[in-house]
Amino acid sequence: MSPATPFDHSEHHHLHLAVALDGTGWHPASWREPVARPRDLLTAGYWADLVAEAERGLLDFVTIEDGLGPQSSHPLDPDDRTDQVRGRLDAVLVAARVAPLTRHIGLVPTVVATHTEPFHISKAIATLDYVSTGRAGLRVQITARPNEADHFGRRAVERIEAYDSPAAQGLVTDLFDEAADYVEVVRRLWDSWEDDAEIRDRATGRFVDRDKLHHIDFEGRFFSVKGPSITPRPPQGQPLVTALGHGTVPYRLLARQADVGYVTPRDTAHARAIVAEIRAEQEAAGRSGETLHVFGDLVVFLDDSQAEAEARRDRLDTLAGEPYTGDARIFTGTAAQLADLLEESAGAGLTGFRLRPAVAGHDLPRVGRDLVPELQRRGRFRTAYEADTLRGLLGLARPANRYSATAPAAATAV
Amino acid sequence: MSKPLKQIHLAAHFPGVNNTTVWSDPAAGSHIEFSSFAHFARTAERAKFDFLFLAEGLRLREQGGKIYDLDVVGRPDTFTVLAALAAVTDRLGLTGTINSTFNEPYEVARQFASLDHLSGGRSAWNVVTSWDAFTGENFRRGGFLPQEERYARAKEFLATAHELFDSWGADEILADQAGGAFLRDARAGAFVHRGQHFDIRGRFNVPRSPQGRPVIFQAGDSDEGREFAAAGADAIFSRYSHLKEGQAFYADVKGRLAKYGRRPDQLLILPAATFVLGDTDAEAAELALEVRRQQVSGATALKHLELVWNRDLSAYDPEGPLPDVDPLVGEEHISRGRAQVRMYRDPLAIAREWRELAEANKWSIRDLVINTGNRQTFVGAPATVARTINEFVQADASDGFILVPHITPGGLDPFADKVVPLLQEQGVFRADYEGTTLRDHLGLAHPDSAAPAERAAS
Repeated sequence: MSPATPFDHSEHHHLHLAVALDGTGWHPASWREPVARPRDLLTAGYWADLVAEAERGLLDFVTIEDGLGPQSSHPLDPDDRTDQVRGRLDAVLVAARVAPLTRHIGLVPTVVATHTEPFHISKAIATLDYVSTGRAGLRVQITARPNEADHFGRRAVERIEAYDSPAAQGLVTDLFDEAADYVEVVRRLWDSWEDDAEIRDRATGRFVDRDKLHHIDFEGRFFSVKGPSITPRPPQGQPLVTALGHGTVPYRLLARQADVGYVTPRDTAHARAIVAEIRAEQEAAGRSGETLHVFGDLVVFLDDSQAEAEARRDRLDTLAGEPYTGDARIFTGTAAQLADLLEESAGAGLTGFRLRPAVAGHDLPRVGRDLVPELQRRGRFRTAYEADTLRGLLGLARPANRYSATAPAAATAV
Repeated sequence: MSKPLKQIHLAAHFPGVNNTTVWSDPAAGSHIEFSSFAHFARTAERAKFDFLFLAEGLRLREQGGKIYDLDVVGRPDTFTVLAALAAVTDRLGLTGTINSTFNEPYEVARQFASLDHLSGGRSAWNVVTSWDAFTGENFRRGGFLPQEERYARAKEFLATAHELFDSWGADEILADQAGGAFLRDARAGAFVHRGQHFDIRGRFNVPRSPQGRPVIFQAGDSDEGREFAAAGADAIFSRYSHLKEGQAFYADVKGRLAKYGRRPDQLLILPAATFVLGDTDAEAAELALEVRRQQVSGATALKHLELVWNRDLSAYDPEGPLPDVDPLVGEEHISRGRAQVRMYRDPLAIAREWRELAEANKWSIRDLVINTGNRQTFVGAPATVARTINEFVQADASDGFILVPHITPGGLDPFADKVVPLLQEQGVFRADYEGTTLRDHLGLAHPDSAAPAERAAS
């Protein structure tokens, strides 16, 4: 590469971009926008169109929100509102439904660790990896909602006032520790078949080499799982594991188990502090040599001018009856302004961003058609998909199998 | 006036994890890659089949304490494959076998309701039960269930799932963009279920799907299983593919419907069936024997015999005579995670019978297994097979068949190309789909939606 090049186009400086899909968008009044298609939310066509739009924008992946209860404006309890979108489809199945219709983009559905079986989720995501030929991931989530525990009736979840209240620390720490065990089981099950376990040896009549199938024998504080999986090791070996965190406890989960963490910095200085904390936890977890992306989450209102974007946000806030706030910073402005913000945040150590379109039908196309070309002009984003797998897009090698006797030691040390 | 001809229902069972599936054939492809499933589903849809069927197993089978390695091993996740298949098909029904022991109603109901939405009303659920601690070791919930409780749990599981499906009316979503009302009623999805196995309450989060509820299949054969099916299933996946026993099963199960206020056409009986086609009947018979030899290698024959003898027989020659030792009775069984074992209730009697058969026919161990095991249901030229299938259905031995090819993924192609057109010519199988949902294909009514008042009270 010539040192005289004004912009460094090397992949190293490329930002990663994901989009978080949730119903008609992240603003609670988004469904009332003319572009929103609220009556199509339960159709395959709606989701296929959104993911196709994201793929045209060359984005790394989409995440798909989910939950084991109706959406609610309250963080811990259900509400009785009829003026917002309620009801949704299972995110893993939405991802599987759009997988055969797309070719490059990663598909990362949300799974809730608290009330589900790691064995089922492991094979579901492995299978999503097969049906997408190597583009699957998961976003693991916990829930401390008592009403969701009542949907399963298998455990009581102690009522807390807020996830970050001191009284809730014990419960929340347990739920995240359980989620870490859950991901450990999911990952071991993905490795429980070595890549070459299926031998189809006609001479001996053996279909598999059973020495290459492994019991995982996981025993933890919360559950035990025997294995092996019923599904062979997926194309990526280990599909992408991601999680959202807002504090030290979830940062530890990211540090221990994730390939991508989503965080919600207020500003660049905060981003720098979060990244430093996660990197320290990563080192403490013995993973300092491994790639762990830290993505900043942003809600985006994108328009041709800042005034237009602000007017749209005001209009939606008026429809909703209150200003929209959430865990993530809200950006309101133009693609160029957003590109400036992303570049500045990248300087604080964020390696990518997960954008939450305020209105999916409006802001997602703006990401692909306005923001991406702007970043490309600045040499900060890919101009074509450069890899066939999601791990490949994120610069993650296909990992060696933890159970493989011939795994090169270097694969885990580097 | 003779009675009108019944219309035949046909379905395609993706080749399973057992020795019916021949993996050693050069034509045998992957049973994991999505391209195999897509090929299989497209063939079934091209042939206007009612639905595709996926089985399930939640722990790799073991024999003699080791993972069983002679058959196809491994399978992808049922729901995930079916959702992906919805993208490459338009009309074909999508039936998944899902266990009621190692799952919870809220999650399964939302998966089936989601699949029904994502496929435009093509989902079906084959409800199976299980009770073994062996499989339970893969689950945080454990899952050991006394055998006598498995149908009680399955029944309550299904009833609970129905309450969840019915918790949303078809007209709950207004999405009135101008007026600002998304839901008609804040209580949409409300449910309370208090029972012996499930005590749950709250709000279901998947609105009413196109079929209202998935089509319900049942596969058990016990008296309890038959009663379970008569009470609430839409179809039975049965094992009786021979005429006399098929007729007896058909009459028995259809006879149970009246006491539940149901008509005979509200429960379809669909046996599993294998087939081998040839240009002539003689050629097909020859091919069938060849397929049996592929399905039963010497090693497979010994392992099969171990299921009855319940002891290690690896020292025996599969081409030699049957063991002279008797089966071990009453000890922990040598095989785990395999449904077949239940069929051998009196191993000593079976061993005696098999020895006599082998002696009379001068059969080796392998010959015996080839000749007494699952022989193909339909063997013949296409015209012979089409005629036999039609006779079977018109004689009330079934309402159709779930066909199990022995080759993945192309094993259904010859049936689609050669037998289906003959059935269509005879006017006993659809020339094209008439409806869009699986209920349409099977002639099943859309379930009545519960009125909002009942919903709140339930």
